[in-house]
Amino acid sequence: MSMRLQNTSGEWINRNNKIKFSFEGKDYEGFEGDTISSALWAAGEKVLGRSFKYHRPRGIFTLANHDVNIMVTDGVDTNIRADVVQVKAGMKLQVVNVDGGVMADKKRFLDSISALLPVGFYYKAFHTPRSLFPFWERIIRNAAGLGVVNFNYPRILKKKHYAHYDLLVIGAGPAGLSAALTAAREGLEVLLVDENAKPGGSFAYDNAGNSAHHAQLANMLSEAQSLPNLTVKTNAYAAGYYADHLVPIVDESGITKVRAKAVIVASGAFEQPPVFRNNDLPGVMLGSAAQRLIARYAVKPFLKGVVVTANSYGYRVALDLIASGVEVAAIVDMRAGGETDAIASVVANKGIKIHNGACIYEAVPVSGKLGVKGAIVADYDEASAQADTQKSIQIDCDGIVMCAGWAPAAALLYQAGTGMRYDDQIHQFVPSRLPNGIFAAGKVNGVFGLNQRLQDGARAASDALKYLGYVGNDTTVESFAGSSPSHPYPIVMHPKGKNFVDFDEDISVKDFIHAAQEGFDNIELMKRFTTVGMGPSQGKHSNMNAIRILARIRSLPVNKIGTTTARPFFHPTPIGHLAGRGLHPHRDTPLHQWHAEHGAVFTDVGAWKRPAYYKVDGQTKEQSIQNEAKAVRSAAGIIDVSTLGKIEIHGANAAEFLERFYTGNFKDQRVGRSRYALMLDESGVMVDDGVACRIAENFFYVTASTSNAAAVYREMQRWNQIWGLNVTFINVTGAYGAVNIAGPLARKVLQKITLLDISEDQFLLGAVADTSIGEIKARVIRVGFVSNQAYEIHVPASSVLKLWNLLLDSGSVDGRVKPFGTEAQRLLRLEMGHPLMGHDTDGLTNPFELGADWAINLNKPFFIGKRSLQIIRKRPLLKKLVAFSFKPYFQGPVPCECNLVISKSGQIEGRVTSLSLSPTLQRFIGFAYVSPVNTKLGDVLSIRTDSGQMVEAYVVQSPFIEGD
Amino acid sequence: MKLLTCPINGVRPLSEFVFGGELRDMPEAECSDKEWADYVYNRNGAPGLKKEWWYHSPSGTWFVAERDTLTDNVARTYLYEQEAAK
Repeated sequence: MSMRLQNTSGEWINRNNKIKFSFEGKDYEGFEGDTISSALWAAGEKVLGRSFKYHRPRGIFTLANHDVNIMVTDGVDTNIRADVVQVKAGMKLQVVNVDGGVMADKKRFLDSISALLPVGFYYKAFHTPRSLFPFWERIIRNAAGLGVVNFNYPRILKKKHYAHYDLLVIGAGPAGLSAALTAAREGLEVLLVDENAKPGGSFAYDNAGNSAHHAQLANMLSEAQSLPNLTVKTNAYAAGYYADHLVPIVDESGITKVRAKAVIVASGAFEQPPVFRNNDLPGVMLGSAAQRLIARYAVKPFLKGVVVTANSYGYRVALDLIASGVEVAAIVDMRAGGETDAIASVVANKGIKIHNGACIYEAVPVSGKLGVKGAIVADYDEASAQADTQKSIQIDCDGIVMCAGWAPAAALLYQAGTGMRYDDQIHQFVPSRLPNGIFAAGKVNGVFGLNQRLQDGARAASDALKYLGYVGNDTTVESFAGSSPSHPYPIVMHPKGKNFVDFDEDISVKDFIHAAQEGFDNIELMKRFTTVGMGPSQGKHSNMNAIRILARIRSLPVNKIGTTTARPFFHPTPIGHLAGRGLHPHRDTPLHQWHAEHGAVFTDVGAWKRPAYYKVDGQTKEQSIQNEAKAVRSAAGIIDVSTLGKIEIHGANAAEFLERFYTGNFKDQRVGRSRYALMLDESGVMVDDGVACRIAENFFYVTASTSNAAAVYREMQRWNQIWGLNVTFINVTGAYGAVNIAGPLARKVLQKITLLDISEDQFLLGAVADTSIGEIKARVIRVGFVSNQAYEIHVPASSVLKLWNLLLDSGSVDGRVKPFGTEAQRLLRLEMGHPLMGHDTDGLTNPFELGADWAINLNKPFFIGKRSLQIIRKRPLLKKLVAFSFKPYFQGPVPCECNLVISKSGQIEGRVTSLSLSPTLQRFIGFAYVSPVNTKLGDVLSIRTDSGQMVEAYVVQSPFIEGD
Repeated sequence: MKLLTCPINGVRPLSEFVFGGELRDMPEAECSDKEWADYVYNRNGAPGLKKEWWYHSPSGTWFVAERDTLTDNVARTYLYEQEAAK
């Protein structure tokens, strides 16, 4: 039968647009604006899902995004929350967590054997023998879980937005609306968010049978619309609080990361169920759920109902039920004194029977527990939480609403570091100490009356205004009057149990008692043992009762039990919202396009993309690399070294700075010469190396390795903060590009295109000169890293391609100048006997181990790492880098880099750091760390290969080749 | 801490900054080996107010932040040389 009401003022449904959909294979019709649950409830369906553990039938409970037993799937999305997701035309919905449909669920037998499945059962029963656990685990995991994961889920990228506001107000109920308006009137840029489809909160549905206050709400909403500096965002929830007022706002389309200067949390309170036997039957719902059904969706919750209450709110709900045509059979007030407010007589005057000091001892189920047919009402002793069933009566009804109190929706406040205290007057946790810039208003702040909440919102806004340096008006909030909105212990004991505390996980009162008996009597331990609050609703309707129960078990005040902090996100958020786009920023050299067009296979070096080698059709990677290296040895090769760090150091103290920063001498360096620059950290470990060119008396041009360039520049700046020398640094890494031309024909090729005299006796190793190559202003450095004849040519980034082509053209006459990549470069420098920083060294290598003593001047008054080297030098070396090779005609398996060198006694002696096939020598060559006693020419080192087989190599002279 | 105040550029998001470690005084070169090793290898991890190096990367500005590592509150930030000049 249809439970739909006549047109209701303020309803959210559009009766002109009917929506057809199916649920469990049956066709239904709802209206646009209906949620899945409200459309089904309007059609008279009450069994909308099954519980997680016992597979008990469940219906509407909160209608506030916490009905986690009512999860459905449309075949694509796994766990759709039917209580809040709007129904769409053509939806084909199935209930999750059932085996054979929601009515005939094969697992419903679990409810009848629940006594065999107490909390902790799985931990205990299947713990031993351990070998069998995987077997049980499979069965348990099959039985547990909600929806089935859809592995064909489409990849949906959701947007990530950023927004900045002066003030973020969370919750558009009376307090939040009032706060947002007050702040916006003073000119603040305000964002007001609410998770519901429309703003207003309880302002719009908590009517007590009289909607006169809707005019005030309408006025506030129209003012909100008229203020250009106030943005109202609905269907969006604040998902968490992060430092410095960063709050992700989640809506269907994605996440907006909002940074506000101040935040007002007006998130309201979660209604909490009283705990009695069968309080989970379909038809038993929270008072606020009944009000939402009526006001938002014009759906009658049931035909004849009982209101069990412990506050004045229950009486307001009763009046709404009466106004919607529900027959209210009785009000059961758990408080011995009943309701003191005048509203009690308003209800009594309508002929409703009120039972004070009474409770619902149990709800009486219809067959199959598919609904409720009555309530057993008994006298209730608040002190002992026991019902006296001697004079109990059964009241026939098809629905029960529950109004026992509230728990603050304080997750964001907790996350922000708010101190909370338990208020004994209203039996609720309220903020006691708010962090800077965070304010709370309304129910979450312990303020309940409508007028008080409006005032509290204005008060919070005024506090926020003052915090932001504005003049806020002093607003007073009328002090609390009347009965407590929450009952201190709304629990009714029952020998047969099934009085549920946590509906997510089917946890009843006895489970807490058992947990405490087992010793899990701390809130955090109890949470983990019973799993209370660990279901999809994260304890929103169960944690408060769990705390109350634990407090009573331990005979402690609630304040002493404390609470658990709900972590972000506030609601489960789709992975697509959270997933990033896989953006990895990288840097291309000025020649990137050329490399790509010529078959370069790129490798990542720091932030840069560099050609590892140029792929040639019909050649393997290894062949291509060997051929590139051969070209350098036989003619000339060019490599793009634009990625080198390049730092200009200017100033009267430039040489002094370098002497402190690097290990070598620079004061006596002549203009037009370059020197090796080795950088240590304070513990004497090598961190980088490069070349320092003296361009002028007070101007050095320093290179650093590609991946360390930014860090070297940073450290230069930091150290000079301390030293205060007269120097300036300019990081020109991106401003200049560089090309290295190397090989026996390098000089000839380069000489043809420059006026600079680079003849052997004029331009020695280490020489530096500024010159021009064609039209290009260039700086030429004679280097010896990969070849005896090699020139590094630094030019403005915009001219690198021109230079590259000039070199290729010039080389085409005298034979081939071939480009080579980083792989060949590594091989060539190995042949030349040059260790590579970060490759042949690690985070612990000191220069003595590398044999770099020549680069260090310990007689200088200071350089970074000197004091550590003085200590290290006094101690015996632990390892030393040697060059090694294999016997001619070596046939064994070739080791890999990082294979270990094993000593005669079987100990790890060191490791292989570099290994390549030398095309010049036609044999494998490498570097390895070995024991310092094992470094003489011809000494044998045993290397353990990946397969475990040992191979023998021997120490050889470095450099491996004489040069070109 | 998601925002940090650069003494030159004002309040900027943390992603623009690089942490440079605790600001500690280097012992004199004449110190004992033990003192030097202590300086190089040992850090005090106890929570409390620490002076730290921070670097504003886009502008290349090193500065000192006095940060309480327990509460993550930054009491103040300043340029090293400004403080030295005092």
